[in-house]
Amino acid sequence: MNIWVLLSYAAWIISILLFGWMIMDAMAVGKQYQEDFLMSSREGEE
Amino acid sequence: MTTATQAAGGGTDRLSLRKVLGPVHVWALGVGIVLVGEFTGWNFSLAKGGAWGALIACWYIGLLYTCVAMIDSEVTSTVAAAGGQYTQAKHIIGPLMAFNVGLYLVMAYTMLEASNAIVAADLIKSFAGETGYADLDVKPFIVLTIAVLAWLNYRGVYATLTVNFVITAIAFAAIIVLFFSVSPFQPGKVLLHKELFTDLPYGWIGAIGALQFGMWYYLGIEGTCQAAEEVRSAGRSIPLGTMSGMITLLIAASLTWYVASGLMPWQYLGQAYTPLYDAAKLTGGGALQAIMFVGTLFAALASANGCINDASRSWFSMGRDRYMPEWFGAVHPRYRTPYRAILFLIPIAVVFALLFYTRLDLVIGFSILSGLLGYTFMSFNMMRFRKLWPLGSIHRGYVHPFHPWTAIILLVLCAAVYFATYLGYSDMLLSIMAFYIVASLWFAFHRYKFVKRGDQFTMPWPRPKGY
Repeated sequence: MNIWVLLSYAAWIISILLFGWMIMDAMAVGKQYQEDFLMSSREGEE
Repeated sequence: MTTATQAAGGGTDRLSLRKVLGPVHVWALGVGIVLVGEFTGWNFSLAKGGAWGALIACWYIGLLYTCVAMIDSEVTSTVAAAGGQYTQAKHIIGPLMAFNVGLYLVMAYTMLEASNAIVAADLIKSFAGETGYADLDVKPFIVLTIAVLAWLNYRGVYATLTVNFVITAIAFAAIIVLFFSVSPFQPGKVLLHKELFTDLPYGWIGAIGALQFGMWYYLGIEGTCQAAEEVRSAGRSIPLGTMSGMITLLIAASLTWYVASGLMPWQYLGQAYTPLYDAAKLTGGGALQAIMFVGTLFAALASANGCINDASRSWFSMGRDRYMPEWFGAVHPRYRTPYRAILFLIPIAVVFALLFYTRLDLVIGFSILSGLLGYTFMSFNMMRFRKLWPLGSIHRGYVHPFHPWTAIILLVLCAAVYFATYLGYSDMLLSIMAFYIVASLWFAFHRYKFVKRGDQFTMPWPRPKGY
């Protein structure tokens, strides 16, 4: 198999892994912390 | 479930974006977004105005962006909040303008991100072609570019913009290397300006038509103010990073024009996709080509990276004020990034990039027009800002000179670019105007009832003059 074909497959796999990791992490954060806390930031606060 | 105080770890019960950035990161954000325009895009101005028309566009639009940078620096040095011009509009003009400006920003940066992913993937395809594999599918590399950069942004702003600084500096150095490799101080040896230059090929109307493409030299420098909530000192870092970024871009734009227009005739340059890479092919050996290849790739990646940062901060700010669903206003408790806004904008960028990867001009055009609408707003914003909060009434980290002329000049320059856009892309201009009018109606009649009308103003500003 051509190296570029292999790289194309690798690109799909890495992309899916990264998107999957971010989604899983976001879901875990949502379960671990209260929603009010996650949305507690205010503009201009030090 | 972890309590707020435990998670914050610092005795506070609120999350906030992490304040870790300095002027260097602000420079990297602004120049990083823009520099890809020097490697590809600016040269379409030659197809309309020839070499001289392209130079007029370079400096005319340079003046426009200098006005933008000065105005932005002054206002942002007082508004230490994410959201940039959206937040400025919210405080200074009103909610409908804020909504529109926020939408301009998100659309401009997301479209630019998609364009950059296309450019990066196209470069990889051209490299594959040179190794004998011309049929490479660009789609996996478009998606990979967005995935890796989004992941970086998700994990933290400091690493994101430090990476941006390194790759942007390498891309800028590539332009400098190209400049010195063409014997710039010995006219006629390598550079053939005298032989290649012609009068304006389509007269002055062509020079005006070139203005739209002059935007590529600088589009996105105003994005520096999105970092305002994450810099250690907004009053110092934003003006310093923005103005030094603008100087960098004026130098890079002038060098780029000088080298490319002295090597290639305007008829070729006006339709080339990678003009600086082509210049390297004409003048140097494999090493210079490799440097320009890396420079172009890094510039595209830096731009996409900065765009993810800026689009997500705008969307996050709009969510925080409930201009968009509040859910988007969340901050990641560990990485302290607007993680939901970053995640939400990924599929939008991917879909645009995959659907329109053969119509780069369309995606970029949408981005440019959204940016232009934002610059038009800035001139009105500045006039009102000085009227409501005159000098001395509020602490400014930077005071821009020549007010009100800067705002007036900006408005006049923007009007000429609208006319230029109408000449070449009237359908696109009218479509985008229609899109924003429909969005405004949706906001006014549906969304506005959810906005936190009082709570959205948390900046410690004095009451405006006359109120």
